[in-house]
Amino acid sequence: MGKKVLMKGNEAIGEAAILAGCRAYFCYPITPQTEVAEYLARRMPEVGGTFLQGESEVAVSYMLFGAGGAGVKVFTSSSSPGISLMAEGMSYIATAELPIVLINVMRNGPGLGGILPAQADYFQATKGAGHGDYHFIVLAPSSVQEAVDLIVKSFDMAEKYSNPVMLVADGMIGQMMEPVELPTFDEPPSPYVKGHEKWATTGAKGRERNLVKTLFLNPHEGQDHNVKLQTKYKEIEANEIAFEEIDTDGDLDVLLVSFGTMARVCKTAMESLKAEGVKVGMLRPISLWPFPLQRIRDLADKTKLVVSVELSMGQMVEDVERAVQGKTPVGFFGRAGGIVPTPDEVKDGILNLMKES
Amino acid sequence: MATTVFKRPESMSTNITHYCPGCTHGIVHRLVGEVLDELGLRERAIGIAPVGCSVLCYNYFNIDFQESAHGRAPAMATGIKRTRPDTIVFTYQGDGDLASIGTNELIHAANRGERITTVFVNNAIYGMTGGQMAPTTMPGQVTTTCPMGRDVQTMGHPLRVSEMLATLKTPSYIARVAVHKPSYVIEAKRALKKAFQYQVEGRCYSLVEFLSTCPTNWAMTPSQSTKWLEDTMLPYYPLGEFKTPDEEE
Amino acid sequence: MQNEVVIAGFGGQGVLSAGQILAYSAMAEGFNVVWLPSYGPEMRGGTANCSVVVSDQPIASPIIPHPGAAIVMNNPSLERFGPAVKAGGIIIINTSLINIKCQRDDVTQINIGANQVAMDLGNGKAANMVILGAYVAATKAVSFDVLKATVREKFARKPQFEELNMRALDAGFELAGKQM
Ligand SMILES: Cc1ncc(C[n+]2csc(CCOP(=O)(O)OP(=O)(O)O)c2C)c(N)n1
Ligand code: SF4
Repeated sequence: MGKKVLMKGNEAIGEAAILAGCRAYFCYPITPQTEVAEYLARRMPEVGGTFLQGESEVAVSYMLFGAGGAGVKVFTSSSSPGISLMAEGMSYIATAELPIVLINVMRNGPGLGGILPAQADYFQATKGAGHGDYHFIVLAPSSVQEAVDLIVKSFDMAEKYSNPVMLVADGMIGQMMEPVELPTFDEPPSPYVKGHEKWATTGAKGRERNLVKTLFLNPHEGQDHNVKLQTKYKEIEANEIAFEEIDTDGDLDVLLVSFGTMARVCKTAMESLKAEGVKVGMLRPISLWPFPLQRIRDLADKTKLVVSVELSMGQMVEDVERAVQGKTPVGFFGRAGGIVPTPDEVKDGILNLMKES
Repeated sequence: MATTVFKRPESMSTNITHYCPGCTHGIVHRLVGEVLDELGLRERAIGIAPVGCSVLCYNYFNIDFQESAHGRAPAMATGIKRTRPDTIVFTYQGDGDLASIGTNELIHAANRGERITTVFVNNAIYGMTGGQMAPTTMPGQVTTTCPMGRDVQTMGHPLRVSEMLATLKTPSYIARVAVHKPSYVIEAKRALKKAFQYQVEGRCYSLVEFLSTCPTNWAMTPSQSTKWLEDTMLPYYPLGEFKTPDEEE
Repeated sequence: MQNEVVIAGFGGQGVLSAGQILAYSAMAEGFNVVWLPSYGPEMRGGTANCSVVVSDQPIASPIIPHPGAAIVMNNPSLERFGPAVKAGGIIIINTSLINIKCQRDDVTQINIGANQVAMDLGNGKAANMVILGAYVAATKAVSFDVLKATVREKFARKPQFEELNMRALDAGFELAGKQM
């Protein structure tokens, strides 16, 4: 690790991609993440990489498809409406098993909505925005440092599983400045995906030709490909579940489940809940897909109430219910429209839910 | 007895616009309002707002409006006009909205000859998102996503939308105008009135491109902007009518 | 130890950069810090604000509805953030541009004619430095020497402003010191 620098989330996100070896970035401007593009417009040429602003997010998603299919580490960033436009491409990219990385700096929706922080793209990210049975690995940082670390890790995971990885942050993480330690490497990571020679289109010189495609007209072939994808997803579920636990030792009155910016607000709210004598713990999912189902299920045994706290009208709560399986009451507290609740509002919300349950 | 020589068009509202000082979006709005009034179209008109600085343009008009997704206005206008043929439908779009993300919808609405009118505001930059490159950005022009200036070797030359659309056989009227000086404003209004008049007559697609200023993101004063538009944009984007109904077969 | 401040004013008054300088100084001293700007439609309206949280602990919520201090550079900022400051907190008021009264009697009010002081020093733009010096005098959120070193570093490419900035910081520091 290098020395600490103070960086804006969006700029740190761009720098992290470069440190991870990525030399190809395609984008379309959209608030609140445009600074990633503006940063990389300067940085990519400095490191000999490719920066291109496409004509739309639809086009960008296929620029990723193309570059990813050519075995290059490729990255994009966008925000909610832009990710919706990439949904078609995501289905194709996941089917073609291309190791691309993207980040959704979420803003409030639906529709044009606004540009303030939100987490209402949880379903879109974890349940699949596009058509078909596919999964992106989905990771949710809650600080600028974690965004940097997870981006670097994402390129490795994408490469390891030949699977796209999507980070979900929110406008707050994109806009705020925090000190970060940028990772350093003894050997700079390659801009190419390891082992790409076996599948990528680089020109069939001295080898069998490679084909990147998603059409399976023969139903058996189609089924086989789906089974292959599901086998890979099972492996990811077995290996890559990540979360942070705070104060979950012993019996609890309430267990909070919250991610990203919302989890930080919860941490402050926990202090005031404890001051009022509430035994409160939190599980903060870092991987949203795969989701820490089993761990939440285990914790549900020793708490009176589980509450999913989100910047949405209630999305992750469905996965929390799936985890808890009716063993313990599950409540929900959330805000929408770009409103980030204060720690006090969260505290009051939790106390109300405790009274009701 | 006093006579009224100047008043707010009926088609416009009393709200004060949110545009930056020296931005010409407001002048274009005013022309749209005057033309709708003069042609007696207020109660038939339906506007489509884009996504861009003018996303809130419906606040400044007193006519029906729909708000589009970024770039999709011509398709929405198509949906309205095809199902309500007696209405007068126009899209109001910036150059990022129309010439980048929405080129597809634009070209096909024009080529199908949709009986709609497009008010196209070309300010050579993305305004709302804070000054990124647009397809219409001038060679060498500095924006936040081309910090060294637009390099035509990697980004091509600015897109001349009006000339491109004029190659299509179907549209009835395509013109480019400017509004940075009063004499130009008079010409601009004449062109806009024709465009709407042709729609009233049931003719095919019409579009008027307005060369416009964005002092904020050009990082200029309003008067510097006017000069830059005149010196840099005008020579590349010539004014005039590129297609008129007379050429229609 | 946790210090929170909201810095608010018109766009162009340098409130965002004042906050960043404070954040850099805090980091240089080894503190945890979060700098959070207001972003969104309100920027077009011409007002800007940012909050800076400095702590010796990891910082949980970056959103501080009731900060320990507010620096207000114009009337709308005082109206908005004056009532938000914690009881016992500090409000630093730019009296050059604020002509309304702050109604709080449970906070320490420090009056600094930041624009006037900066203009007297030769450049009204240094008003944000005057007020930053005052803030550090009033709160000791970071050491004054580190603050000055940070400003020097951040303006390394514009050495012509160094002396002005140093004098502006000193002036604010002294004026606030006298009122404490
Ligand atoms: C799908 C999608 N992508 C990106 C955006 C972000 N966005 C909003 S306005 C805009 C550009 C507007 O520029 P322009 O059309 O030139 O209009 P101006 O603001 O200059 O008037 C962009 C990219 C969005 N709202 N939706
Ligand atoms: S940013 Fe540009 S286009 Fe938008 S209102 Fe301001 S001057 Fe007009």
